[in-house]
Amino acid sequence: MGGNNMDLELSDEQKLIVAQVRRLVREEILPLEAKLDPDASELLPEDFARLSAKVKEMGFWGLDIPAEYGGPGIDLVTRTLMAIEMAQHRAGLYAPCYGVFGGAGLAQLYEANEDQKQRYLYPTLRGEKRGFFGLTEPSGGSDPARAIQTRAVRDGSDWVLNGSKVFISGADRAQYGLVFARTDAGKGRDGVTCFIVDTDMPGFHVRRIIHTLRSTNYATELQFEDLRVPQANVLGEVNRGFAIANDRLSRQRIPYAAACIGIAVKAQEMAIDYAKLRDTFGAKLATRQAIQWMIVDNEIDIRTSLWLTLAAAQKAERGEPFRTDAAMAKLVASEAGGRVVDRAMQIHGGYGMTKDLPLERWYREMRIRRVGEGPSEVQRLIMARDLLGGSFH
Amino acid sequence: MAIRLDKPWTPLGAEAVQRLPGQLGVFQLADGEGRILEIGYAGGRSLFGLRSAVEEARQRQPEARRFRVEITMQYQTRYRELLMLHVADHGTLPPGNRGEPIKLGRLSPL
Repeated sequence: MGGNNMDLELSDEQKLIVAQVRRLVREEILPLEAKLDPDASELLPEDFARLSAKVKEMGFWGLDIPAEYGGPGIDLVTRTLMAIEMAQHRAGLYAPCYGVFGGAGLAQLYEANEDQKQRYLYPTLRGEKRGFFGLTEPSGGSDPARAIQTRAVRDGSDWVLNGSKVFISGADRAQYGLVFARTDAGKGRDGVTCFIVDTDMPGFHVRRIIHTLRSTNYATELQFEDLRVPQANVLGEVNRGFAIANDRLSRQRIPYAAACIGIAVKAQEMAIDYAKLRDTFGAKLATRQAIQWMIVDNEIDIRTSLWLTLAAAQKAERGEPFRTDAAMAKLVASEAGGRVVDRAMQIHGGYGMTKDLPLERWYREMRIRRVGEGPSEVQRLIMARDLLGGSFH
Repeated sequence: MAIRLDKPWTPLGAEAVQRLPGQLGVFQLADGEGRILEIGYAGGRSLFGLRSAVEEARQRQPEARRFRVEITMQYQTRYRELLMLHVADHGTLPPGNRGEPIKLGRLSPL
């Protein structure tokens, strides 16, 4: 998967890296996870510290941090392959390896000015601060540019924000967040500005946790009441905030797809193992054509998702337009992943429904993937727009 | 949506606990004055769900005199929410939860 678009063979280096991540998941994460609650979202602090140190020794810490900011400088295709491996455990869809590979912070902060980087990006990269991404509102999530009703009004050298956000992950534990607010009521997507908001400011409220099918990274509901934000905390230009949001949404779709593939690969592995072991009516499940076809359909779903996602990563890595490719990868991987987990549960019968196995958690959390980061219908809309041109939407 | 667990308290005793369902969920134990001593959950590894989880908590909290439960499949996020609510209302975790290796956020509920 190097520079040649048609080369589908992993390089020796990629094989080595994938093997290292696989070993870490199987030898370190899985044994620890077996002792945790099935819906757990965190390792014990001492385990997290030990494994984070190990990942740093391996040279993989902060995978998605650009090399010029201290990241390991691994290309996107290889990071996608790693993300597929990192997801292959019970909590892996939303908490791959429980975060021991470190984070890269919010991608938009790399576009911030130097003062903002000093105050927010660098402390985040050092692990001193956490941020959240505040886009979706009660009025809608699929068309955020038009649905945003949170208002920001200029008042001297500050902006005053009023409104609310929903389905915002991590806001209750963050020191700051990127909040998108309407600064020009008459301009639709050209009237939205991105603000960096400090969560300790008066007027910032995390009102409640939104309980969903997901066990990890719960969402919260936010309210802003006369929240003052200085002009110095405007990210990018006033009224140009939607471009910042949109760029993030496209980039996120590739790792989002990769995690779905990782879960599907693991579910398929479990389904095959179980079908070879389990006897029914005097023969192994694996001898039944109904089961064989499910396993074959799983494999088709996995490989389709895999190649589309790697192709999108390859295009993005080369600096080519990849919006349609990322949307296609996200759509196919999230829908296919759901089908694979569903078939694996069917093969496991009653045990597939229990918390003894990770399948029930994957089933719940995978359902969210068809909606999160833009639902399947919006992905189709994006692709149709690109394929047909701007005049037909 | 009400986020506080404000169901009536039930007197805590072995018989009352034995009548609890084996389902997953969250619970609170309080002393005779209604001060919450421990917030807990019955998770996927609990032997008999709320029944066994509350019984274990009863053994840990000899001062406890009352309890209440809420059946929920989202026991992990609800448990965290109840802990955060307690911190928001009282400034600290219940005595039985202090020292737990759990990272909590901040809520400012209405």
